[in-house]
Amino acid sequence: METHTKNFTAEEIRSALEQVKDPEIPVLSIVEMGMVSKIDADAEVPVVVLTPTFVGCPALNLIRQSAVEALKERGIHAEVKFDLSDKWTTNRLSPQAKEKLEKFGLAPPPYLSDEELTEEQLNRVRCPHCHSTDTTLRTAFGSTLCRAIRFCFTCRQAFEQFKPVA
Amino acid sequence: MQNALKELILQMADDALVLGHRNSEWTGIGPMLEEDLAFSSMAQDKIGHALALYTILHEHMGEPDPDKLGFMRKEEEYRCCQFVELPIGEYDFTLARHFLYDHAELIRYEMLVNCPFEPLAQMARKVRGELKYHVLHADTFLRELARGTEESKARMQAAIRYAWPYALGMFEITDADAQLAAAGAYAGEKERRSRWLSTVSSIINDAGLQVPEPDEAKAIYGGRKGYHSEYLKPLLDEMTEVVRLDPTAEW
Ligand SMILES: [Zn+2]
Repeated sequence: METHTKNFTAEEIRSALEQVKDPEIPVLSIVEMGMVSKIDADAEVPVVVLTPTFVGCPALNLIRQSAVEALKERGIHAEVKFDLSDKWTTNRLSPQAKEKLEKFGLAPPPYLSDEELTEEQLNRVRCPHCHSTDTTLRTAFGSTLCRAIRFCFTCRQAFEQFKPVA
Repeated sequence: MQNALKELILQMADDALVLGHRNSEWTGIGPMLEEDLAFSSMAQDKIGHALALYTILHEHMGEPDPDKLGFMRKEEEYRCCQFVELPIGEYDFTLARHFLYDHAELIRYEMLVNCPFEPLAQMARKVRGELKYHVLHADTFLRELARGTEESKARMQAAIRYAWPYALGMFEITDADAQLAAAGAYAGEKERRSRWLSTVSSIINDAGLQVPEPDEAKAIYGGRKGYHSEYLKPLLDEMTEVVRLDPTAEW
């Protein structure tokens, strides 16, 4: 089969996926988000397994299509699928990803040391404008499923947070 | 065992689908913008959870595709409890239902994290984290209203009292129950009810409200066996209408 004359490595596939953004968080690629769980480059048709951030995220289909497209552009024909075999938590965001989020004005989620979302863990959040940690949760439901709205007592502004998910 | 599992997954999916659609009715008319967003987000979560559960039934258990399961069954084939079917009513009722229902739903997922049927266990482990936010939201608002004015407290108490028999109906026992328990797949509705009762009682008491008697005789059953309230049919027609008008409509 002509299309399989060249085999691609997992690194090449990953690098193509770095072009794919989550439309709700335009500063991060799906690789930085920690959504790419498995790349099987050796299969006859390479397989990419993605893990959804939220089960009900309306962008999942779009993300899968963009991933297929981005791979095609590099001549890679792969099967891209979502499954839940790996659990996504906000701990899968890389440190660079968290930095980018903060620059984007979205407070990054704190590192979660266990599965329980305690009040203490929920409240350890730094304001992306003035870096004060004197902040409180206004509502856990912001403009998208992954965002919460907090208020900063120091600069008296509301800000959005990428909410921690265990 | 396969059929008992299907039964349980249908109950879960239908509960989430119907309540998700009910909650989405608050979009644009919520009492404040923040609450509008909250109910819209929770509706999106629930409809997404229903879709994921129907997908499990389709991919692992030989059932029709999710659109057919979600929108093209007869009324008596739905397995949701009557509690989720009720109209949104006043905000107090919506909030009382949100509080009583979401704790029960979270407990159901917690009871499934070690289910030997792996697709359901994976789903449970994932969804549990998302639902934490639903109960956090419910608990916060319940406390605020209960500690607000005399009027808001009385209204919250009345809403809980009204919702209570329907809430007890969530734990209706079917033939699937004993089979699942024997197979170690799911400990059953009696167990879920007792965990739920202890969780919600302590929050209701904490808020300074009274917990109604968990009187079995008053529970409103039927939904799990296909007997529904008068409110389900019109809601299903409305949901199906959207599918009929645009078969490619995204969920
Ligand atoms: Zn600030």
